[in-house]
Amino acid sequence: MGTTIVITIAVVLFVLVVFQLARMMEYVSILRGEEKSRTDNDQLQGKLMLVFLIGGFIALGYSLWAMRDHLWIEPAAVHARWLDSMFFITLFFTGIIFVLTQVLLFYFAYKYRHRPGRQALYYPENTKLEMWWTVIPAIVLTTLVIIGVYRWFQITGPEPEDSMVVEITGQQFLWNYRYPGPDNKLGDFEFRYISGINKVGIDFNDPASRDDFMATEMHAVVNKPILLRIRAKDVIHSVGIPYMRVKMDAVPGLVTRFWFIPTITTKEMRERTGNPDFNYEIVCDQLCGTGHYGMKGILVVETQEEFDAWAKSQPSFYETYVKGTEEEVRFAQVSEQLKKEREGQAQKGAKH
Amino acid sequence: MAHEMQTAVSSPVTDHVHFQTVEGEIREPEHIPHHKENFVTKYIFSQDHKTIGKQFLFTGMFWAFVGGLLSLIFRLQLGYPGQSFPILETLFGKWAAGGIITPEFYYKLVTMHGTLLVFFVLTAGLSGTFANLLIPLQCGARDMASPFLNMLSYWFFFAASVVMLISFFIPDGAADGGWTFYPPLNGLREASIGSRAGADYWLIGMALFIISSLLGGLNYITTVLNLRTKGMSMNRLPLTVWALLITAILGLISFPVLLGAAILVLFDRNLGTSFFLDEIFIGGRHLDQMGGNAILYQHLFWFLGHPEVYIIILPAFGLVSEIIANNARKPIFGYRAMVLSMLAIAILAFVVWAHHMFVTGLNPFVASVFVFLTLLVAVPSAVKVFNWLATLWQGNIRFTPAMLFAIGFVSLFISGGLTGIFLGNSALDIPLHDTYFVVAHFHIVMGVSAFFGMVAGVYHWFPKMFGRYMNHTLGYVHFWITLVGAYLVFWPMHYMGLIGLPRRVWSLDAYQNFSMYGDMNRFMTDAAMLVFFAQILFILNFVYSIFWGRKVTVKNPWQSNSLEWTTEIVPGHGNWKGPIPTVYRWPYDYSKNGDDFIPQTEPYRPGEEKLHH
Repeated sequence: MGTTIVITIAVVLFVLVVFQLARMMEYVSILRGEEKSRTDNDQLQGKLMLVFLIGGFIALGYSLWAMRDHLWIEPAAVHARWLDSMFFITLFFTGIIFVLTQVLLFYFAYKYRHRPGRQALYYPENTKLEMWWTVIPAIVLTTLVIIGVYRWFQITGPEPEDSMVVEITGQQFLWNYRYPGPDNKLGDFEFRYISGINKVGIDFNDPASRDDFMATEMHAVVNKPILLRIRAKDVIHSVGIPYMRVKMDAVPGLVTRFWFIPTITTKEMRERTGNPDFNYEIVCDQLCGTGHYGMKGILVVETQEEFDAWAKSQPSFYETYVKGTEEEVRFAQVSEQLKKEREGQAQKGAKH
Repeated sequence: MAHEMQTAVSSPVTDHVHFQTVEGEIREPEHIPHHKENFVTKYIFSQDHKTIGKQFLFTGMFWAFVGGLLSLIFRLQLGYPGQSFPILETLFGKWAAGGIITPEFYYKLVTMHGTLLVFFVLTAGLSGTFANLLIPLQCGARDMASPFLNMLSYWFFFAASVVMLISFFIPDGAADGGWTFYPPLNGLREASIGSRAGADYWLIGMALFIISSLLGGLNYITTVLNLRTKGMSMNRLPLTVWALLITAILGLISFPVLLGAAILVLFDRNLGTSFFLDEIFIGGRHLDQMGGNAILYQHLFWFLGHPEVYIIILPAFGLVSEIIANNARKPIFGYRAMVLSMLAIAILAFVVWAHHMFVTGLNPFVASVFVFLTLLVAVPSAVKVFNWLATLWQGNIRFTPAMLFAIGFVSLFISGGLTGIFLGNSALDIPLHDTYFVVAHFHIVMGVSAFFGMVAGVYHWFPKMFGRYMNHTLGYVHFWITLVGAYLVFWPMHYMGLIGLPRRVWSLDAYQNFSMYGDMNRFMTDAAMLVFFAQILFILNFVYSIFWGRKVTVKNPWQSNSLEWTTEIVPGHGNWKGPIPTVYRWPYDYSKNGDDFIPQTEPYRPGEEKLHH
């Protein structure tokens, strides 16, 4: 509390001093003649413009140098490398425009600062010039659009046929992962089947669901395409995997998708980063409530053999947690109810 | 005549608003009747556009202070995570138990910061202030077309402000689901503490706000189109008026859509409808509300939300163009291109909204169309920047505080605009979406630069509003701290975004991939405090100067061409004492033929070269 008071008093005093000084300046300028003090001020502000320009670029350079190890993370998926190269192409063009316009802005401000006796140039327009600076940006942007849309269709296009699939379901505030099991087919789901045990509402009436297993981490095989089927139970979430340059919203009532090909295993990345505890982290990228900041998941990228061994060790969800338990009874009840509801709806529909 | 009498009943001013007959001849009463005004009609329920403008400005500044303060509080958590600030517990009780901001409180702060700054400051505070002040004065009108609706516009805004303010003090606190207010998070009471009563307050507050904005907008458009003085053709309008007109049209078309969305969310919350809800399991139960679509809300929201960012930036374009031309003592370069580029931006504003939704599962083909349209916006934006640069070139620049902020605006608009080219390209948006890169982008290009435009406007038109100058030295201190500080706060956010650091996180502790940005966060928080401190200087300067600032002794202190400087130093109700002046030329004849400036009211001289204005 003591320090707060001291800081408050210091700030208030400082404000008062600045304020009084500024008031004094006003009287001084009136005494010295307004014209002269205005001209002096224009010189000062004009020079400060140049100082800001130079200082700004030095600060920019310094910040890039100081943060050089933290500006970029190694792309660990095939499309991540495309996106990185696209980023640098965009940075190249925008960088040129950035430097050019900022330099001209502050340099002009400095160079053409008011001086007594000078007059500005009456120069209201130049259609040719304006045409050039309409056409050139248009060409640059067209190039960027073409590159961007080409990559966009590659990334969002259909997944390769040999893709593995995993279902990732967001809820406040964790991720659930479901793998298809040995038959390589994810079973159906129905949100009404969701319960404290059957967290993602697996439909056990679908035979393909019987060997599905739930995992606590996402596992993927290096150099093998993986398709994420993305769902949400309560509010909107978003699956983000920064190293993979993956992001897709999880929306209740919809199934969204994103596929990618990881290229670096977790183990290899641990060596490259020199961090033995390194993990690919899965981030929730859409505000989903109070616990949003902690909604983290882990992605393990491994070799096919390692993956197979892991998958084998994961027990079927149905066999382990549902079969012969109260949950199976509950499931049967809901299933029966749903059937009735659907029949009822079908009859209603027939009447109309 | 019948028409005149009818309007005279509804407002005391319209009887001396001139009426333009079909033949274009202007009829005006010779004598301007003087109405007796008491304190209430003069300062509170005033129908004078200048007073209403000031009311918008004061309310906007109040919200800017509150909204800025909210950001300082949550920046404390980001910069000094885990550190206890006992004063916070003293002030906020359970929301900062142990002197540490709770996540619940953090998300309320973030949500209300965004809502207040975007809508209450940079929409109402900016457009409301300057459209009211400048449209009648620069068009040459006695007042707005409907002063009564104009007064209502402010009071709806005031009511919206009161509702938002109350929501801070209800037991569960204000809304906490982000200023974009996506359902189901904001649509379901179970989803979050701020989604209880706070969300209803938010929706009602926004509904009132939108009504205010529509009433204002209708008036601005009508006034510009119908009440221009003789000779004030559209291509002789100052760019401020053009910008404010286009802004009003954008608002009029897009805000009703948000009103619709807000009402539907209210229905979902309170009447059991399911416009935006489907297959939801929350709080241990399955909701009956089925068949809606959460993404539909985002389409509705961003159909307003994207034009909204142009509603924010266009008035700043106008103010800055006017201030740069005036202080560079040069005609604005490429007047027609400036108008056309604003029109182009306004039209494109309606066909780019889905670029906020590239990763919602949007159809990839649809997304690609939005990529093309979005990047098109960069062309008129580039034209504007180059035209401002060309206006400075070979100028004779006076550095008033307004001019400094106008130059700062251009710099920020460049910096923030260029990052839009990254984000508007859907493929590149994948890694950058919802990271700090986006936070950096929109704060620089929309938040800070529009704020610079607004502050520039306040410094420039302060003499017109109050008949006194603001203190220039304080203005310079304010400018340099704010410009440097704003870059220090927001530039590093790009770096954080490049490695995928998500926005809206209370703490980075859960992640090891982002841990190295802790120090950077502290640096940004310190810079934010510095910037906030400079704004206190501005507020002090503002309040002090209203009462004790140096008096303006000449009608036209900035040697400006536009009409507002032909009135009395502090114009009364009705603006001009005598007849409204006639206009003969555009407002940008600076440094022409050896004359420093030629006001719009000066007829062309024999043999003088005429532009198409």
